[in-house]
Amino acid sequence: MPTSAQASSLEAQIEQWRSYLRRRQAIHAVDVAELEDHLREQVAGLADAGLAPDEAFLVAVKRMGDLDALSREFAREHSERLWKQLVVAAPDGASPARVRTDALAAFGLALAAAAAIKLPALFGMRLDRDVGFYARNLGLFVLPFLAGYFAWKRQLGWRMLGGLAVAFAAAAVFANLYPFRLNGATEALTVLHLPIALWLPVGIAYAGGRWLQGGGRMDFIRFSGELFIYYVLIALGGGVLTAFMAMMFEAIGLKAEPVFATWLLPCGAAGAVLVASWLVEAKQSVIENMAPVLTRLFAPILTAVLLVFLGTVLWTGRGIEIERNVLIAFDLLLVLVLGLLLYSLSARDPQAPPGAFDVVQVVLLASALLADALALWAIVARIGEFGFTPNRVAALGENVILLANLAWSAVLYLRFLRRRAAFASLERWQTHYLYVYAGWAAVVVVLFPPLFGYV
Amino acid sequence: MAINKDLVAASSTPIVLAILAEGDSYGYAIIQRVRELSGGHMEWTDGMLYPVLHRLERLGHIQARWETAESGRRRKYYRLTPPGREQLAEERRQWLAVDATLHAIWNALAVADPAGPRAFAAPLPQGA
Repeated sequence: MPTSAQASSLEAQIEQWRSYLRRRQAIHAVDVAELEDHLREQVAGLADAGLAPDEAFLVAVKRMGDLDALSREFAREHSERLWKQLVVAAPDGASPARVRTDALAAFGLALAAAAAIKLPALFGMRLDRDVGFYARNLGLFVLPFLAGYFAWKRQLGWRMLGGLAVAFAAAAVFANLYPFRLNGATEALTVLHLPIALWLPVGIAYAGGRWLQGGGRMDFIRFSGELFIYYVLIALGGGVLTAFMAMMFEAIGLKAEPVFATWLLPCGAAGAVLVASWLVEAKQSVIENMAPVLTRLFAPILTAVLLVFLGTVLWTGRGIEIERNVLIAFDLLLVLVLGLLLYSLSARDPQAPPGAFDVVQVVLLASALLADALALWAIVARIGEFGFTPNRVAALGENVILLANLAWSAVLYLRFLRRRAAFASLERWQTHYLYVYAGWAAVVVVLFPPLFGYV
Repeated sequence: MAINKDLVAASSTPIVLAILAEGDSYGYAIIQRVRELSGGHMEWTDGMLYPVLHRLERLGHIQARWETAESGRRRKYYRLTPPGREQLAEERRQWLAVDATLHAIWNALAVADPAGPRAFAAPLPQGA
């Protein structure tokens, strides 16, 4: 008869075997239960034949066969299991009812955002005529609902809710108070910068109480990247749907464009932000994040392009020609490099030692910095000729901000590669820098219009 | 004597279906029955039976249900369905044809080469 000590060690061995089996994606929990029943029966049979429990366990496991081969066989039979499906299931500890209310809240707020964008129409505003008004308030139609969704989901306290309300109210004031000249440059700057500034309160709501810890802000960076990708996917789907509807109504001799332009497009675009956010939240632990995957693909390619560009500049001795859009182009280049850096950081295991991809990142950073330095040099040398227009000052400011971020990132990355600093210092630098983007965007929105006379 | 992998794979469907035709059963008991019927010559890797069972279930030849065994453990039983019975009859026809063909050729060889039959008729080594 097996003693109780033997029995408990057998249980421990079976537990270990089971946890090993559970890690196989193709073998589901019910299959593990079926196999475990088999194993226990086999152990019992062998023990009856006179084997000691641990011997019986070893023989039974051996007879079960190689787990890799078994897992392959299961994968062949259940190939769909190798594709993770987005089933919006309750996470551990949350009830299905809670998941349903979450979805209801997200879709309800999406409807509210869609209604909000049509609300000004009640007061005689028209999308095609009052473009300036709609463009300046674009963020305000959607982002308060998004912040509200997270405020509800994270159960924020009254003080934080008050802070969020103040931030959005201030944004509404600055978007609508200034006497902008029609189609002026400062108005366009407000349109571009207000959503960037408002993304900070959204982030604070997203992180809930974790904003002050680096982890919460890093999660927000991850969320932003995934939201962007999902939004683009939904927009593509919406585009295809719209094209089909237009074609079908065309077939019965009706022009559907006015309905699309005034209803479907603005309402869909506003509501999709909420729906995409909900999807990102629901899928975060189910499906691989896309942003880091794209980063891995494009970081080496962009690095190669930049190196070839620098090599060509050196070889031919051509200076960068300063045209209207060069500064903006280089700003966008830095944004792209920053995005690649951020999303590779966000997916990297902070504990892992430096690897080949880290070297690629540093080369990417260095080459982007060099290319931007060339452009900046050319611009600063001739800025007196061009004069300080609001656009140019804003673009220059952004360039300096991004350059500073990337330069210090390169320094930190090099230190990490030489094992002088922890990877976390790089993460900390990026998460703290979020304030700088929002701060600069707020400065552009608040100070630029009066400084430049609302041109 | 180890039976070649392809033969094991090819014969697994009729064997499992036929064992389930005797009555509802579960994985471990099916393996035991195979061992008993083959006199120990058919050594299946235990785990590999389950993907086969799941495939037959997906094809609708057998049906699974969970039951609580007397030990208190939950156990998955399989039952042959009517389409499974038809499949078994079909498999049986095909295997009998293969069997008849092999028989005919063994006999023909035995007539042509009198040394042959002894080799074929030699008792199987035990515990292979």
